[in-house]
Amino acid sequence: MYNVLTVFAKDFSDYFNSLVAYITIGVFLVVTGLFLWIFPDSSIFEYGYAGLESLFNIAPYIFMFLIPAITMRSLAEEHKEGTFELLATRPLTDWQIVFGKYFASLLIIILALLPTVIYYVTIYQLGVTKGNVDSGAVIGSYIGLILLGAGFTAIGIFASAISKNQIIAFIIAVFLCFIAFSGLDSISQVLSLQNYDTIITSFGINQHYQSISRGVLDTRDLIYFISFTALFLLITKTKLGSRKW
Amino acid sequence: MSIVVSNISKTYGRQNAVDQISFTAQPGCILGFLGPNGAGKSTTMKILTCFIPPSSGKASICGYDVVTQSLEVRKNIGYLPEHNPLYTDMYVKEALGFMADVYQIPNKSKRIAEVIELAGLGLEQRKKISTLSKGYRQRVGLAQAIIHNPPVLILDEPTSGLDPNQIIGIRNLIKELGKTKTVILSTHIMQEVEAICHQIVIINQGKLVADDSIEGLKNSHPAKTLEEIFIYLTNAVLQND
Repeated sequence: MYNVLTVFAKDFSDYFNSLVAYITIGVFLVVTGLFLWIFPDSSIFEYGYAGLESLFNIAPYIFMFLIPAITMRSLAEEHKEGTFELLATRPLTDWQIVFGKYFASLLIIILALLPTVIYYVTIYQLGVTKGNVDSGAVIGSYIGLILLGAGFTAIGIFASAISKNQIIAFIIAVFLCFIAFSGLDSISQVLSLQNYDTIITSFGINQHYQSISRGVLDTRDLIYFISFTALFLLITKTKLGSRKW
Repeated sequence: MSIVVSNISKTYGRQNAVDQISFTAQPGCILGFLGPNGAGKSTTMKILTCFIPPSSGKASICGYDVVTQSLEVRKNIGYLPEHNPLYTDMYVKEALGFMADVYQIPNKSKRIAEVIELAGLGLEQRKKISTLSKGYRQRVGLAQAIIHNPPVLILDEPTSGLDPNQIIGIRNLIKELGKTKTVILSTHIMQEVEAICHQIVIINQGKLVADDSIEGLKNSHPAKTLEEIFIYLTNAVLQND
């Protein structure tokens, strides 16, 4: 546990030393701010209802690009610079390295989400009857978004483990996030697959994300996200261990 | 014996990178690990440091097996990999602090100050690693390797690419450390071997071709310098003449 924390602290401070954290958090807030308050198509003022739906609709698509940008460096750079050898020959297990790096990236995502609570407070104050917001749905959506971020981060760490090249890691991660989030939904619409559409969509993130966003925390959705994340972290650990095959 | 290597081999596909190598080393001894480029020196060191396992054979460090007791082995070695990879975005003290945390060293700041003093990094300790010259980076690499005061040091070409003054600095440091620890170092500089090593292991194309003291080697090849002995043992063309 202490070792996970050591790797975590190194990577976390690295995100701040290299400006990645500031830029990610900044861009996320600017983009969600624009969609929520300025762009007429999705702005709350045009929409007229006190709710954060447009934030939660747009955030997965921003995460789809932002999370791979955060995670692309984490293992690819270690392999490229040879510092992975430095880590792997210290008394650290591969799991400790994977978890340390995973939680460092995940915390950046959570830090990016944290300031958006201001949006909620604002809408809470602006409602015609003050406080006329569906708080349950908002809390559910935040939980959903964090779980979605956790899944995307696992994909990103995995992509970073399979390539020394950060750009390749980024592109693979964006592609996998897209497939997992909305690609499976779209595939289920293919005519010849229609008999299986419920199974296919149930493998996609979107269905579970929507379900949690309604404010109902179903254990099935929770289990889905946990096993999704665990699966990608397991493949990552296996990839790191493959040097010993 | 703090390092025991017995019959280890490593095959990549069909190629034998390391082929049935055995040797031992004890504390207070600096072992020079020599061989032409591609002979399998780095592969052997990677096996000893638990980065990759041997395809066959056994190796142990301080009595711990490198495959089955890898965490214990890794606590007992200090390793400076080839090309000295470092976290260049970190500050010197930050990097040493990270390593100290990895080894869970009590009294961390005191120990960091000690290794900074030992490695001669006093003037550079507040700089970013990316701004350091090659010689100082090498010192940071060494400082990272000795921070937990390991009984065994494994150094892969610690002096490559340094200027003569820096080489002497690093050499003296290794010599000092070698008084109490077991040190394995690989190098291509024969004067270095003569200056600091007690025992010499030469490998060629993955096979062990010599394991002896400097005097022993010179006695068995009379009227030859160490360089000539090395060339004689590792250059097949000359051997066939």
